Amino acid sequence: MQGFDFDVIQRSFAYLFRDGMTFTLTLTALAMTGGIIFGTLLAMMRLSSVPAVSMIGGAYVNLMRSVPLVLVIFWFFFLVPYIGGWVTGAARPIQVGAFLSALITFTMFEAAYYCEIMRAGIQSIARGQVWSGYALGLNYWQTMGFIVLPQAFRNMLPVLLTQTIILFQDTSLVYVISATDFLGAAAKVANRDYRLVEMYTFVAVVYFIISYSLSLLVKHLQDRIAIIR
Amino acid sequence: MNYNWHWKVLFEMEPGGTGSYLHYLIVGLGWTLVTALVAWVIALTLGAVIGTLRTTSRRWVVRAGNFYVEIFRNIPLIVQMFLWFFVVPELLPTSLGDWIKQMPPPWGSYLPAVMCLAIFTSVRVAEQVRAGINSLPRGQRMAGTAMGLTEYQTYRYVILPQSFRIILPPLTSEFMNIIKNSSVALTIGLLELTGRARAMQEFSFRVFEAFATATVIYLLTNLVVVLAMRALERKVRVPGLIGAQAVQAGH
Repeated sequence: MQGFDFDVIQRSFAYLFRDGMTFTLTLTALAMTGGIIFGTLLAMMRLSSVPAVSMIGGAYVNLMRSVPLVLVIFWFFFLVPYIGGWVTGAARPIQVGAFLSALITFTMFEAAYYCEIMRAGIQSIARGQVWSGYALGLNYWQTMGFIVLPQAFRNMLPVLLTQTIILFQDTSLVYVISATDFLGAAAKVANRDYRLVEMYTFVAVVYFIISYSLSLLVKHLQDRIAIIR
Repeated sequence: MNYNWHWKVLFEMEPGGTGSYLHYLIVGLGWTLVTALVAWVIALTLGAVIGTLRTTSRRWVVRAGNFYVEIFRNIPLIVQMFLWFFVVPELLPTSLGDWIKQMPPPWGSYLPAVMCLAIFTSVRVAEQVRAGINSLPRGQRMAGTAMGLTEYQTYRYVILPQSFRIILPPLTSEFMNIIKNSSVALTIGLLELTGRARAMQEFSFRVFEAFATATVIYLLTNLVVVLAMRALERKVRVPGLIGAQAVQAGH
């Protein structure tokens, strides 16, 4: 291993974690929250008895699942300033930072994947649960909010979290719009100091440690929350 | 605020002079498919072997398989792409590393991209294969043993012929995934469909025409793959089984 300089990691440690990893983790947490909320709404749309509503939900999900994430990131990177300009009535596209653009992208994109998970979760609930809700005089939103969704959410929690680990890994793709996430920060240091081998190996190790620990946690949770029937 | 659409740009000459922008994008689709297909063949082979080995009774083989799967499942695809492109040539013997680095474009990025996608996808295939084998009733394996078959024969004649027919539907979505994931290769300079849409946007400043065209091409590809696979699935379906698909996280 002569000629390798692992000292570069120590020198850039603060930058990598304070700037890069903070970006990655904030983006993951916010996109997960937004994605699950929007995804649940999409799942309710897809299961709606109104054909137009379920068709719109289905079309959105299938569109998002058919195109590569990299292309979706490009789309939103250029689209969001236009939509912003249109909403605020400005004459020119407004400037949004890489973070906001990435957050919107990942919320919209991951919602399609969370939707499919929540749809399976809702479908796993016995029909009698919905009927008893209506029999008690609850309306659609109350039945969903108090009876169906809490159970569906619990059943699907491990899968939702596994999807979140994938989301965490996918946020590294913001590299293509030059955002300074963990990978982006490492790439900048790597190119500045010409230490590509050391930096990318280090990035791989860090991602591995975090993702693997999270997946062990999910496995543990899965055993704990499983409902014995 | 309005965006002025200018669809005629698709028929204008691209700066490289190879043809129209539309032609440029379709050549990109060709690269996407060539990358995905070659990687798919390797991924299927590797994944089938590793997935099967992980269900055998040899403990160290299972452990090695698990190690392989965990490594390549827990590192983001783009980071793996960088490892294959920037790191692997440095770790190989100097002459071999230099040979890879000096390959003329696009082969210098094509080879790492294919290796990366193949290994990345093989892990997912291995998981599907293992799940398919484990979904068979235990009695199948026991019956094999009771008939005096060796472990190898049980797999060859009893378990694998059934499980491969069961795992085919989930493998369809993995094939779609490898086509989509090949777009990450643009980060190491492979001009596949997404990379070319991005390049077209930079040359012509027609942002949304470029991305919309690429999106439509991806949708059409998706449609063709889904229809072809559906026909194949109908052909290999095991009579009497409901082809139910388990929910799982993924891309």
